[in-house]
Amino acid sequence: MGIPVEQILIQTINGLVNGMILALVASGLTLIFGIMDVVNFAHGELVMLGAFTGATTLAVTGNFWLALVAATLIVAMFGAALQISTLRPLIGRDPLTTILATFGISLVLQKYALWQWGPSARKLQEPISAQFSLFYLKYPWYRITTALLSAAIIGALYLFLKYGKYGIWIRAAIQDRVMAQAMGIPVPLLHTAVFAIGAGMAAASGVLFGPLAGVTQTIGADFTLRAFIVVVVGGMGNLGGSILASIFISLLEAYASLIVSPAQAVIVSFVALILTLLFRPTGLFVPTPK
Amino acid sequence: MLVLDNVHTYYGKSHILHGVSIEVRAGEVVGLLGRNGVGKSTTLKTVMGLVRPSEGHVTFEGREIGGLASHHVAHLGIAWVPEDRRIFKLLSVMENLRTGLDRAGVTDAKKKDLLDKVYASFPVLGERRGQAGGTLSGGEQQMLAIARAMMLEPKIILLDEPTEGLMPRMVSQIHEIIDVLHRDGVAILLVEQNVPLTLEASDRVYIMEKGVVRHHAPAADLRANHAVIHQYLGV
Repeated sequence: MGIPVEQILIQTINGLVNGMILALVASGLTLIFGIMDVVNFAHGELVMLGAFTGATTLAVTGNFWLALVAATLIVAMFGAALQISTLRPLIGRDPLTTILATFGISLVLQKYALWQWGPSARKLQEPISAQFSLFYLKYPWYRITTALLSAAIIGALYLFLKYGKYGIWIRAAIQDRVMAQAMGIPVPLLHTAVFAIGAGMAAASGVLFGPLAGVTQTIGADFTLRAFIVVVVGGMGNLGGSILASIFISLLEAYASLIVSPAQAVIVSFVALILTLLFRPTGLFVPTPK
Repeated sequence: MLVLDNVHTYYGKSHILHGVSIEVRAGEVVGLLGRNGVGKSTTLKTVMGLVRPSEGHVTFEGREIGGLASHHVAHLGIAWVPEDRRIFKLLSVMENLRTGLDRAGVTDAKKKDLLDKVYASFPVLGERRGQAGGTLSGGEQQMLAIARAMMLEPKIILLDEPTEGLMPRMVSQIHEIIDVLHRDGVAILLVEQNVPLTLEASDRVYIMEKGVVRHHAPAADLRANHAVIHQYLGV
């Protein structure tokens, strides 16, 4: 096989960049699942909503970074409202009801986006247009910035969970919700907060992803699908596993697209998903269950 | 202080508590004896707000708490040490303690006092503060569960079978900490299978059978008269 080394290196960088954006989406999804046992089928739509909110803010203010912050905060608040109004009343019910509720939310948000922003794709103007030479390519700095920024947000989340007072509360509630609440931790409030954090992270990745591809009302579905593959491969509710799996799956797809067309490269993700479910259903990146 | 008055509870369709009435006064250690499955743990869970009473009243310092969410119950000064300990296994010893310590209005000096006190009673927890809770032995996990409850500075601790499955040396350590808490004026509702320990550590004892309280007497009376214990518990 004569795949040039530089192509492999370029695809490694592409895989890492895509992996970090995906990790931003998947870590919110896995955190929400970990603490609430809620499989949020509307997570991709929060990405989409973030992208559109960012596009609108960018059009008004002309400042990409302001748009990033604004979209994150607005969608986080929207996520909190969503959790309080539709998911909190379903706590303790059959898990199927929350699955249906989040699926319903995703449909509503998609149709809202179509009605509000129309069917044509919007492209966010990237804030950094500089490029650097990577072999025969001019590689945009923006992509590298995106990966670094995603890593920084995930790193901040990790530090918050590891050392912060509320981070310890969240980890305690993930392990034993009943006991955490009996220790005086306001678990219902924590659920709302975690949903808001997950929604905010999804929105941030939507804005960051905006300049790389067009924003349409259907980009959410693609993110949801990938994030689910990642969360299953990484181990349900396992944050570190989800991040590793995001990078793993994205690299896998990037390398596969050297051999087959990018559209077909998605197949390797599904193969990874099926193999994981067959041979290691608790996830690839978790310690062997005892 | 804590009063259960004719409390009935159900798990689904099974009727677990058939009108339990128990009182714990401030600073008092009250034992709750009974065979397996008579509703002792359910009684504690009902106080903690984990099971909603279908009938009857649970009051704490004169306030109705039946069915109150458990984090509100904890804020009132009621701490729960469950039967299976339920320590946060992936959290370190220190983080387990912080779940109770990081409350609003607890100063750093106060936190240090509380930790010093716990480390004095359970030196092993001080030595292992950075270690994951799940790596501790059964006895150490029990100590951690009690220590974690103490972080809440509770007025009453609901202690569910703290000596179950422990070595005799650990049992006497648990007995000591009950005495220490008692001296500090913390009330304890102690559910136990260990009859001698309960009779020694408690001021008063209730004996439950099939979801109701069958007998109630000062612990001293029961220590002197084993016939009652034999009648209800067969020991």
